[in-house]
Parts: sequence; C-alpha cells; structure tokens
Amino acid sequence: MTEYNFAYLDEQTKRMIRRAILKGLAIPGYQVPFASREMPMPYGWGTGGVQVSAAVLTPEDRFKVIDQGADDTTNAVSIRGFFERTAGVATTTHTEEATVIQTRHRIPEVPLREGQILVYQVPIPEPLRFLEPRESETRKMHSLEEYGLMHVKLYEDISRHGHIATSYAYPVRVEARYVMDPSPIPKFDNPKLGDCAAIQLFGAGREQRIYALPPYTQVVSLDFEDHPFDPSKADHPCGLCGATNSYLDEVIVDDAGGRMFVCSDTDYCEARQAQGHRGKDAA
Amino acid sequence: MTPLLSVQGVTKRYGAHIGCADVSFDLYPGEVMGIVGESGSGKSTLLNCLAGHLAPDAGAVVFDTRAPSSHDGNTQQDRGPRDTVTMSEPERRMLSRTDWAFVHQHARDGLRMGVSAGGNVGERLMAVGARNYGDIREKAVDWLGRVEIDTDRIDDRPTTFSGGMQQRLQIARNLVTGPRLVFMDEPTGGLDVSVQARLLDLLRGLVRDMGLSAIIVTHDLAVVRLLADRLMVMKSGHVVESGLTDRVLDDPQHAYTQLLVSSVLQV
Repeated sequence: MTEYNFAYLDEQTKRMIRRAILKGLAIPGYQVPFASREMPMPYGWGTGGVQVSAAVLTPEDRFKVIDQGADDTTNAVSIRGFFERTAGVATTTHTEEATVIQTRHRIPEVPLREGQILVYQVPIPEPLRFLEPRESETRKMHSLEEYGLMHVKLYEDISRHGHIATSYAYPVRVEARYVMDPSPIPKFDNPKLGDCAAIQLFGAGREQRIYALPPYTQVVSLDFEDHPFDPSKADHPCGLCGATNSYLDEVIVDDAGGRMFVCSDTDYCEARQAQGHRGKDAA
Repeated sequence: MTPLLSVQGVTKRYGAHIGCADVSFDLYPGEVMGIVGESGSGKSTLLNCLAGHLAPDAGAVVFDTRAPSSHDGNTQQDRGPRDTVTMSEPERRMLSRTDWAFVHQHARDGLRMGVSAGGNVGERLMAVGARNYGDIREKAVDWLGRVEIDTDRIDDRPTTFSGGMQQRLQIARNLVTGPRLVFMDEPTGGLDVSVQARLLDLLRGLVRDMGLSAIIVTHDLAVVRLLADRLMVMKSGHVVESGLTDRVLDDPQHAYTQLLVSSVLQV
C-alpha cells in the first residue's frame, strides 16, 4: 500500500473518536475517555488535537492550524503539512475561510461562525488534577459537582499575590454543571469560549480524553464576588497593526531592553496591515 | 425530644472477623459521648461506620437532618430523622461537609498540607457555595483566633505548624461551617501532655459554646472524664458497658471496665 487512508487514521478508529466527540457534545464539558492512538509525533505536540481533526475532516474541508496564534511556527507548519499529505485537504491561514481550525493555546481574534470547528490540543484535561492527584477522586468530584476545591486554588492565588494570578488554563464552569479546563489558552480568550457559534472540540492524546462545547454554550469563568474574573492582556497596542483589542506577545528586540508588543494571532495582524492599519513599530 | 443520632444495631464484619457487632445508642443534641476500649476493640470501625466512611453490614444510623439545602435537591419532606446508611452518596457527602465534622487522629489526614491555613479553613465554606473572598478570609481569621493560632500565620502552610497547631487547625477547619455533630478519633493522640491539656480545654470550650454533640473515640480515660457526658466501653467489637461517665469510671461493673480503670497510672 502506497497511500494512507484518508486523514491517516483507519475508519474504525475514526468511528471510535467520532462516538467520543458526539458523547462529549451531548454532555458539554464532560471528559469522555477514548482509545487514543499512537501518532507519528511526540506526546505534547498535539496528538489529541490531530486525532480529533482526523476524525472530523472531510475532503471538502479547508484546514487551518495555529500554534500560540501563529500560522508559521513549527507545530502549525508540520501539522498542516501532515494533513495536506495524508488527507489532501485544502489548507489556509485565513480564519474566515477555514472550516476546521486546529489550535494550540489560542482562540482566533476574528469571531468564529456557524459551520466552523475549532479543535484544541490539550495537555492536561483535568482541571482538578494539581489539587487532587487521584483520578478516582476527581471523577467522583465531577459526578457529585463538588467543585469547592477549585475555589481553594483561586483563594490561594489571592492570598499569595493579592489577585487571581492564574493567567492561562483558567477554569470555567460549563452550563452550570461541569468545571472544565479550557486548555492553556490565555484567560483573555476565556470570554470567547461561551456563546460561540462554532463547535469547539478538545483532544488530549496522552491523557486519552475528549471533551466538547457545542455552539452557543454557556461558559462562565470561576471567580469570587469581590475578585471578579478579569480577562487581562498587555496594556499596549499592537506594534505592527495598531490593534488595541487583540492578545499580544511581548518580543524582545535587542540587548538594551528594547521590546515590542505584537498580535499573537498572525493572520489577524496581517489582515489588518493589508487594510492599511499601521502600528508604531511597523517598518 | 428527637435524638440527633440514633444508632440501631450497627454491625461491621471483616470477613469472619468482627469489627463491631450490634451497637445501638441514642445521642441527644448537645451531648458528648465517649467510646473507650483497647486497641482493636472496634472503636474506630464503629466511628467510621457512623461517619459514613465505612458501609456497615447491618443496622441503621439515623440522623436528624435539618433544613434542606438548595444544593442536594432535598425536598421539604426529606427533613427530620433519616437513615444515613441508605441515603444517596451526594446527600451523605453533603452532610459530612455541613452538619458533620470529622477530626482525625493525625492532622495530616484531615488537612490539605499543600494549602495555606486560611485555605484549609475556607475549603468547607467554598464547598458549600461561599464565593466572597473577603467573607471567607474574615471567617478564617475569626476561627484561627478561636483555636488560638496567631492570625499572622494565616498564609503559612500547615507543614510549618507544630503538631498541636496542626490539630487545632484541623478543628477550626471542621467547625467553620457550624456542624451539629463532631466525630473525633483520638483527637489528643500523639501530642505531649501540656499540649493535650490545652487542646482539651479548647475542645471543651467549643463544645459548650456551640452546643455541639460529639462522639469521641479514645483510649485515654482522662479525655472522656473531661469531655464526655456518657461513656461506652467496647471490647472485641461489643459494647460491654455504658452509662454516665462518672458512674462508669467510679463504679465500673464489667470486669474489663474494672481492668481498664485500674490500669490508669496515678502520678
């Protein structure tokens, strides 16, 4: 045999993963166990996301991959290349054009629309893991809705730092039921999780879990009444496109303390520059 | 008057071996019951059965539940005496976070060692829905004061505390939600006598002030003399004698109780 099956995985495996995805969509925020396969990449590089993408891709799809918001980093380039080769699907870097977007650690700045699927790569799906190491116990806590411990973590943050210092993988409550780890996206992206028009799928390959948010799901970031959730970002405009409402990366540019802030979503930044927006550091 | 806790024929076997057999008693509000006996007499097994940590093989543990909370989906008619053995697990876990408290012999079993003292005290509050940091903090400070822990230590982890402080922190953590029934398993075990005395003093004050009912398992007769209104003596899984503490200790009837009382060293 010289060719791979469409999208690398065999059909039985894709059925198995689709079943897990459907179950996940039926119970938003619930972690569905699935028989994760060995993929031709190391754990931590997006094996979960790749399997979910492989299971949802059709030949008509346009595929986009972002890694920390960028389309041109190693992880994004190689996963895009992987599906170009094994599925022959069209790829794109434009958020609006894509029908399936696999992402690591970001949600695109452009609002997603109906018909799009956002696939997250998840390293550790269990939000309670660092507080309660026993899997049997965390499952029981989920099933009995015992989420007080999650607030203990936030309490510790405030008592030590004076504010909630958790800035990524910020825990959320889905439809007033399951507490979910939104994968290590910055908390700036948390408000985009809720009431989103696109389907959001989360795949954790090493931990063998899939969970999902159907479109227009209620997602609330956990907080205290007197320390409300704050989706903060660096207090600067983008140096290249001048955007003031996008999540920024800080880039060190010389040895003399010089730095600039640029959009982490490269597609958003480039689109704005093409429209003629310029920031102060633009060449 | 309805008993707060009515224990009826509780039996727990470990295979052919008896943990505790056919134990029955009633505990009324505000009453402190001591359970004494030698090691292996089934005291801790009985306590764990009562507190819902172990499922008894036979018998009923009927607890007089109070107003239903919005959390557990209880309806009005679920109030009043209910058998906690046949209760659903979410309800039982809810009880153990609100109306019940369990003080372990080793503070490490009852505390989260990786979480600050304030977080430890606040955990039960947050578990029942407290979502205001300022209020939680204030309650934590209040309770640390009540158990005589310097409030400067509120952000320190219990690993930096002495054994006596850890035990007092465990008590604060358990009493913060205003429970009505406290289970204590050897609360003074492993502490030196002066710390024991202080802890007992504190416990006696809290029990009297809050009108708590308590079940205290110990092998230290001095502890029950000081704290308990009534006493149960266990041997080989059976209750051999029970009655008012002073009556049992001053006029022991059963041979084993006589042995137990006469074994106490007089200094």
